[in-house]
Amino acid sequence: MASKATRLRALALYKELHRLGRDYEPSYDFHGKLRRMFEKNRNLADEGEIEKALKMGEYIRNETLALYSLRKYRHLKRMYPSNSTVDPLTDRWP
Amino acid sequence: MGPSAVRLLNIFVPIKRAVDYAVKIRVNPEQTGIDLNVKHSMNPFDEIAVEEAVRIRERLKDAVKSIKVVTIGPPKSAETLRTALAMGADSAIHVEIPESAPAPEPLGVAKTLRALIERQKEGVDVVIMGKQAIDDDAGQTGQMLAGLLGWSQATFASKVVVDPEQKVANVTREIDGGLEELRCKLPVIITTDLRLNEPRYASLPNIMKAKKKPVEKLTTAELGIDLTPRLETIKVTEPPKRVGGGKVANVDELLAKLKEAGITGKHA
Repeated sequence: MASKATRLRALALYKELHRLGRDYEPSYDFHGKLRRMFEKNRNLADEGEIEKALKMGEYIRNETLALYSLRKYRHLKRMYPSNSTVDPLTDRWP
Repeated sequence: MGPSAVRLLNIFVPIKRAVDYAVKIRVNPEQTGIDLNVKHSMNPFDEIAVEEAVRIRERLKDAVKSIKVVTIGPPKSAETLRTALAMGADSAIHVEIPESAPAPEPLGVAKTLRALIERQKEGVDVVIMGKQAIDDDAGQTGQMLAGLLGWSQATFASKVVVDPEQKVANVTREIDGGLEELRCKLPVIITTDLRLNEPRYASLPNIMKAKKKPVEKLTTAELGIDLTPRLETIKVTEPPKRVGGGKVANVDELLAKLKEAGITGKHA
């Protein structure tokens, strides 16, 4: 039986993914897919399987965040190119 | 030898709620400006400023006393402040202007920020803000603020190292043709360039926690500032549509077309 802790984790994950889905390409139906995937796993009882499913959800959250970051950075880089001949990326601080 | 009397640093981060980076900008039907009925979010350069303030605290730890974010804008700007608080700022100031008011100009913003900074009883040591806003691309506010306050300034920062003991900030700037390193005495105004850092994502739990952080509300009247625009925008139009190019079959045709266009290669 899913413990209270995993239930809270799943709810928090769903809310977070739902919020992220607002900025996704509409034709992909992020919210629809999100709901179906969660509903498919609603009756999981084995701890290991629950953990695996939650990890998958967290992975998708991180991937989506990375996607948004890259999209934004690429757009801004094009809008505001660097004028200098030195590549600041190699001049990073430790 | 006793501990040196190093005052703890207070960091001030002005932010702006601007048109979202992904929005396709359109001129409004009256040709007086752009269509503002679109998605807005924190100016990306200001996100970088908030991130830098939080990283300075992560590096200097207890040497940083407070990170305060401030915005001048309509009621909806409160959301932008909440995002900054979720990223790690401690408190916020919202100088609220009516929804219908014209957008403040850089000089007006700079004067308001000066009034706010002078009001801070504990003083301000470092002001970090975006180099420009992506909706108007003015790029003036930071410099004007430094001029009004008589403080040192380091604009287009791509690297910032604050030394609270020496009371200086070592800033690397992106300029045409390379990088420039400045050592600025505190207090200092720093404006951020794109390559300074990559801002963290404000997670939902942090946004919820941010609701509890204090937000001070002020009006321009209380600060004795008049934000009436000094410039009048006469007209805003889109750039002329690009006319398609044509292909030529050979060099002779190219020369004929150039002659048609009036380019003969002979001095007028």
